[in-house]
Amino acid sequence: MQHISEEEKGSWWTAIRDGTVAAWPICLGYLAIGLAFGVIAQKAGLRPLEIGLMSLLVYAGSSQFIAISMLAGGSAIAPIVATTFMVNLRHLLMSSSLSQYLRSLRGPWLAFYAYGVTDESFALNLTRFRTGGWDWRRALVLNHVTNLAWIGSTMLGGVGGQFIPPGAFGIDYALVAMFICLLIFQLRGPVFILVALIAGGLAVGLSLVIPGNSYILIASVTAATLGIFLGKLKCLQGGEGAR
Amino acid sequence: MDFEYLVLVIGMGIVTYIPRLIPILVLSQRELPRWLVQWLDYIPAAILSALIFPALLTSGDPRTVVVISPEVLVAIPTVIIACKTRSLAGTVISGMALYWLAQRFFL
Repeated sequence: MQHISEEEKGSWWTAIRDGTVAAWPICLGYLAIGLAFGVIAQKAGLRPLEIGLMSLLVYAGSSQFIAISMLAGGSAIAPIVATTFMVNLRHLLMSSSLSQYLRSLRGPWLAFYAYGVTDESFALNLTRFRTGGWDWRRALVLNHVTNLAWIGSTMLGGVGGQFIPPGAFGIDYALVAMFICLLIFQLRGPVFILVALIAGGLAVGLSLVIPGNSYILIASVTAATLGIFLGKLKCLQGGEGAR
Repeated sequence: MDFEYLVLVIGMGIVTYIPRLIPILVLSQRELPRWLVQWLDYIPAAILSALIFPALLTSGDPRTVVVISPEVLVAIPTVIIACKTRSLAGTVISGMALYWLAQRFFL
């Protein structure tokens, strides 16, 4: 953990540098997924500009894939919007968790920050906030650098993604490896390990029986709630506990 | 770009933005009770786990459990590397390299 002076913290330039450097694993992952999305969207009849507009306004990969497949299947607007809402409801939890690190921010900045909350930016920013040397400027830069990577790679896929070999250099695994690593960083004691195991087990079980991805929300809420009770058990105390 | 498509993406944008915005607006501006802070502290571990495990262990539609796959095999050394090195960059790079190798073996 490097020490950062107040003066340096206030500077946007260092924030842009740090946020951009930290964003690379996400950008790599988005390049792989974005190209794939662009190719599929183009096959469904969308032009690069239309693809870019969806990436800009929605900025949520899995729901965009689902929307394209529904569009290609001839779906009306309302069911696609309703499905998008369900698929992206999990961001409620991520925003709640991030809110604790954004106390110094007010109105418009909070609204601007909220736009960039994705699975990936949440996981990376939250870990950085926890370990220190990170602030809202750096987090905001990371959000928007990854946002640009997403918009750019989806449009690129729409222009000529079919000419790029899929899966080159194991790029498909970049986000999986990042999530695995960030999960390991989160395990700060026996209760956290139990919470993660419960959430993972529940999520796998639920994903087999309920369609869609609501299992993410249900499993996380259940596991975190059980965590509160597990945290009260004497035998499990230890580790860092709450901030 | 036709009007209907514009309505679609604006609609999708709004319903995606609301769950991102509301908690940040509401929760960042007040003192939370201890239990809620504790609960929010468990959320990252829970949600990361709920994202990763099904992504690694299930596939298809409807989903079924698939335990033996390059994704799962590579996850094991990736976990070990993450624990030993505590390095995000190192874990991502070696995960990608191992996955690339694993795919060659499997195909």
